[in-house]
Amino acid sequence: MKRDIVTSIIAVIVFTVLLGLVYPLVITGVSQVAFPGNADGQRVYVRGRLVGSRIIGQNFGTAVLEKNGKVKEVKGAVVTEPDPRYFQSRPSATEGGAYNAAASTFSNRGPNSVKTEEANAENIKAYLELNQPYDRGLTVAKIPVDAVNTSASNLDPEISPANAWIQAHRIAAVRRLSLARVNGLIAQYTDARGLGFSGERGVNVLMLNLALDRLGHSAQSAGSAGGKG
Amino acid sequence: MTAAGWLTIVLFAVVLTALALPLGGYMARVYTGGRVFLSPLLGGPERLLYRLLRVDPGREQDWKAYAKRLLLYLILRTQNAFYVPHALNPLGYHSAPWNVTFNTASSFLTNTNWQYYGGETTMSYLSQMIGLTVQNWLSAGVGIVVAVALIRGIVGRSGKSLGNFWQDLVRTVLYVLAPISVIGALVLVSQGVIQNFTTYLTAHTITGLTQSIAMGPVASQEAIKLLGTNGGGFFNVNSAHPFENPTAFTNLFEMLLVLLIPAALVFAYGRMTGNRRQGYAIYGTMMVMFLGAVCVACIAEAHGSPAQHAAGLHTHAISGSTGGNMEGKEQRFGIAGSALFDVITTVTSCGAVNSALESFTGIGGAVPFANLSASEVIFGGVGTGLYSILLYVLLAVFIGGLMVGRTPEWLGKKLEAREIKLAGLGILVTPLAALFCTAMATATTGGRASISEGALSKAGGSTPQGFSETFYAYLSQANNNGSAFAGYTGFIQPNAGNLGSHGITFANLLGGFDMLFARYAPILFALAVAGALAGKRVTPAGLGTMRTDNPTFVVLLIGVIVLVGALTFFPALLLGPVVQGLTGHLY
Repeated sequence: MKRDIVTSIIAVIVFTVLLGLVYPLVITGVSQVAFPGNADGQRVYVRGRLVGSRIIGQNFGTAVLEKNGKVKEVKGAVVTEPDPRYFQSRPSATEGGAYNAAASTFSNRGPNSVKTEEANAENIKAYLELNQPYDRGLTVAKIPVDAVNTSASNLDPEISPANAWIQAHRIAAVRRLSLARVNGLIAQYTDARGLGFSGERGVNVLMLNLALDRLGHSAQSAGSAGGKG
Repeated sequence: MTAAGWLTIVLFAVVLTALALPLGGYMARVYTGGRVFLSPLLGGPERLLYRLLRVDPGREQDWKAYAKRLLLYLILRTQNAFYVPHALNPLGYHSAPWNVTFNTASSFLTNTNWQYYGGETTMSYLSQMIGLTVQNWLSAGVGIVVAVALIRGIVGRSGKSLGNFWQDLVRTVLYVLAPISVIGALVLVSQGVIQNFTTYLTAHTITGLTQSIAMGPVASQEAIKLLGTNGGGFFNVNSAHPFENPTAFTNLFEMLLVLLIPAALVFAYGRMTGNRRQGYAIYGTMMVMFLGAVCVACIAEAHGSPAQHAAGLHTHAISGSTGGNMEGKEQRFGIAGSALFDVITTVTSCGAVNSALESFTGIGGAVPFANLSASEVIFGGVGTGLYSILLYVLLAVFIGGLMVGRTPEWLGKKLEAREIKLAGLGILVTPLAALFCTAMATATTGGRASISEGALSKAGGSTPQGFSETFYAYLSQANNNGSAFAGYTGFIQPNAGNLGSHGITFANLLGGFDMLFARYAPILFALAVAGALAGKRVTPAGLGTMRTDNPTFVVLLIGVIVLVGALTFFPALLLGPVVQGLTGHLY
């Protein structure tokens, strides 16, 4: 019995060092040498400034200002409104504001819940308000589900191609680009299915928006493209 | 559902089988003491570990000695999970409240990996590694070891020995888990899973907002979390997080990691019994039930939810969009990639999720319920799945024997009252724990405090969703699964970070008890069955012996599993997911 206790205690220590320290450190070391960009989260810099991670979704809204010029906050979260010059990500319900990548969370909206229906209706209304002025034929029936439903992580970096095509009308109008040009960019930033058959195609919103900004800098000054009233 | 979705499911089953067959052969050689291609590399470390642990691998143990060492080791290991170090703690988190810590410790100790805490808002890097990654390895190791001991008991022809616990554990870690886990982690990083020790990032977005981004050594934990069917995510949203599961390819790869060892163990079992067809019969049983579950879940999710339809959404597939119930699902996985993942992690004891189970439709959500109700014998956890289904095999042989009026025999050994009683108890303790805890939690105000706001009706009363949440919580914990209808909580976090947060003692303690009891009672029964069988004489099969390696037996076995699961859980299932699935009514 005593021998067994000694063995068990040694086993706890040995395995803790081996599997809890050596293993993660070795993996970190190898990863940092072999795949440094991936291991560090595929950071995206613009003119030396960190703007986000390629695979973490973002809120492309601007802060709403109160009358006194201060940023409006509700429960510590900055209130934002969508910036019409940029493609908008899926709705996100993380705590502390949309797309808080320090606190991922499920929305836990039940399939038969009145609250889910209300959240869906609210998102439909917002989507129509933002896009209908530029795409007259847009009706509720044509809105793709991903534009209304929150994702699992609430940090989804992608939207469906259908969602992007609808928003393309707005982007083209606001940025004075041809629709074909915008759709061409969408195709360029659409990630293929895994191995050609698995999963679904998705449009990487951050990379697409950065590409739009690069166009803006070469063609015309980005500042002239004002927001919608 | 899209054609690509169906193709994914078919190809997945084919690739899994193709990988599990050779791995099964490899594992059989590892546990019968044979040399394998890694022996020259790992023989040295193996002998060094025996010397460090002061064990003599040649000394064999009977079931009581084997069980004693296993339990002793588990008890001493508890301290790992309770110890929450403060080093490598970039945000300076405090320890979680004692009740949450108790629940978390039980959870990782039992391979459940139930999470009332949110990884990135509660845990330091070092506590993830020392407290959780280590448990990921060893709870998986212990599961495999028990299955191997049971197989030895079943096939044992001499004496009562089940092998040497320490040798089995060391060989499992070195020869099975370590190589696959290291390769798996590196593949994951190569596809975009992060692995670093930097502090959380602050990004300045192009629209002038700031975004805080959690970091950490994710890939090393991700690989073993899936391979060991543990399922505890580094992040709160588990494998839905883009840093844990960045692409549709990693999604496929992660699903393979989950099922690889459970599937391979079935083939290893066939080889160790000396009749590979015994393994194929069990594999066939599991595969049929698995594919059935996948189809139901996929079709239900592709149909969309009543809440979507009530809001006016059209949920059929259109050009450029999959349609379906995308609430709580990631675009890159789509409907099929989400439903398949969640079926895989609920048939096994993995419990990782890449989509929000709580947001699944009634029928889609009933599938994880059904998987858990079958006590995770459809592949099941590493080890646990095999020893659980072997208990069902015992029961099926017994029932089959009664039907044809002969003394039941299995692999040449007569089954008698003692084994059947032990197997019956082993099968029933898990449902018993789950139902008892669900009843306690629904009948008390302390229990109802954990139900999420979204699952309450406008008047504040609990809805079928609230019952589903509660029932799933205790079913998942009893089966050591760890997936959740995540609205149900034992840890209130009013702000990001855990300032002002508090644990709900009732849910944490009841859940902890549920996990510990339902994990270790069946292990003891399985080892006792092995002990009872080990000593029996083998008689050659005669004309009247019921075959356990043909399709007839597969049908009988499926019948027994479904019957036991249905009789035990049907009333409770009706109150939750079935009601939701049958009605378009909103609550």
